[in-house]
Amino acid sequence: MTPENDMHDHDHDHDHDNHFSEMQARVKALETVLTQKGLIDPAAIDAIVETYETKIGPRNGARVVAKAWSEPDFADWLRRDATAAIASLGYTGRQGEHMRAVFNTPETHNLVVCTLCSCYPWSVLGLPPVWYKAPPYRSRAVIDPRGVLDEFGVALPEGQKIRVWDSTAELRYIVIPQRPAGTEGLDQDALADLVTRDSMIGTGLAKPAGEAL
Amino acid sequence: MNGAQDLGGQHGMGPVASEKDEPYFHAEWEKRALGLTLSCGAFGAWNIDESRHARESLPPATYLSASYYEIWTRGLETLLKRHGFVSAAELAAGQMLEKGREPKRILTADMVPGVLAKGGPCDRPVPDGPRFAAGDRVRTKNFNPETHTRLPRYARAKHGIVEVVQGSFVFPDDNAHGKGENPQWVYTVVFDGEEIWGEGADPELTVSIDAWESYLERV
Repeated sequence: MTPENDMHDHDHDHDHDNHFSEMQARVKALETVLTQKGLIDPAAIDAIVETYETKIGPRNGARVVAKAWSEPDFADWLRRDATAAIASLGYTGRQGEHMRAVFNTPETHNLVVCTLCSCYPWSVLGLPPVWYKAPPYRSRAVIDPRGVLDEFGVALPEGQKIRVWDSTAELRYIVIPQRPAGTEGLDQDALADLVTRDSMIGTGLAKPAGEAL
Repeated sequence: MNGAQDLGGQHGMGPVASEKDEPYFHAEWEKRALGLTLSCGAFGAWNIDESRHARESLPPATYLSASYYEIWTRGLETLLKRHGFVSAAELAAGQMLEKGREPKRILTADMVPGVLAKGGPCDRPVPDGPRFAAGDRVRTKNFNPETHTRLPRYARAKHGIVEVVQGSFVFPDDNAHGKGENPQWVYTVVFDGEEIWGEGADPELTVSIDAWESYLERV
């Protein structure tokens, strides 16, 4: 018995839901067949999961944003060649091969979606949240972005335009939110604490200065 | 294809159900589904465009009621069967019944950091320069192929402006169907909200897509 297959059966209440149980059985069957055929290494699966649970997540993107807020030269580099600028911090690879950074301004708020599937900048934000991949967000972000933002508790100031980026090709977008007021004295670690995952998708704003502490 | 995946502008899907402090996985099987999808992708038997097409080819009712890891799992089953690695009987039995095809590469744990760090860049050189430049006015093509495309329905036959020439990339409409990578220039094209949604559109909204050159006509 392999722990990854069997030890978690009773950890989550929703695993007892019929739908989840069906998928659990289905995925287990698939993994069993592939393992018996020698086509997969279950330890490779563990390594993939561990990478995305512990090493690659929105903290990466927050460091990119904090550096862009602090260093005008880095912000310029991000505008010109986001892939290289982000790689200089060590964030590369799968679903971050072709990066673009889009900067929020007082005039324009940016919002990123993938209406056709689930394209998302994994190298800087990690795995996407469920809502990002689900029909409500994918259907509405392009036609009713202000309604979507309202559900996230975000109301844009009067007159601020909204630009929605539909990730239909292999370019992956990170939003650089506006730097909150009153953060002049903060170092990059403290600034990164203000940068939420949602603020880098565009469904949120950076946290106000007081919340860094 | 005009499948259930082409969601932009559809109504009736309900509110966005964001979750506070959402975990990366909601069940143990989702972790395995992610790892299996990436491990089997490493076989080198199919590309990301064929994967996307396998997922969007699910029956619409299945697609719309499935979580994304379920969509991935069902898509992966399609690809494994299509390419001769497993049979439907084996998936039903949950065990190996016959020897299948041998992949070019099997992902082992020691390879994982390198493979994830490298990713799968899909920019490719093309012999000719871009047909369009930033600022050009263009109209997107009107078509309804039954095959894979990355031009969403809401952005077909619409007038927009080329904002950025993004480089040249593998053309998914061909690559998904084994017709080769046939790279083309890709452009970010911006549309006014009114051009796409017409009456009642948000006057302060613009929407952009990233469009391959053959999706665009000069106006």
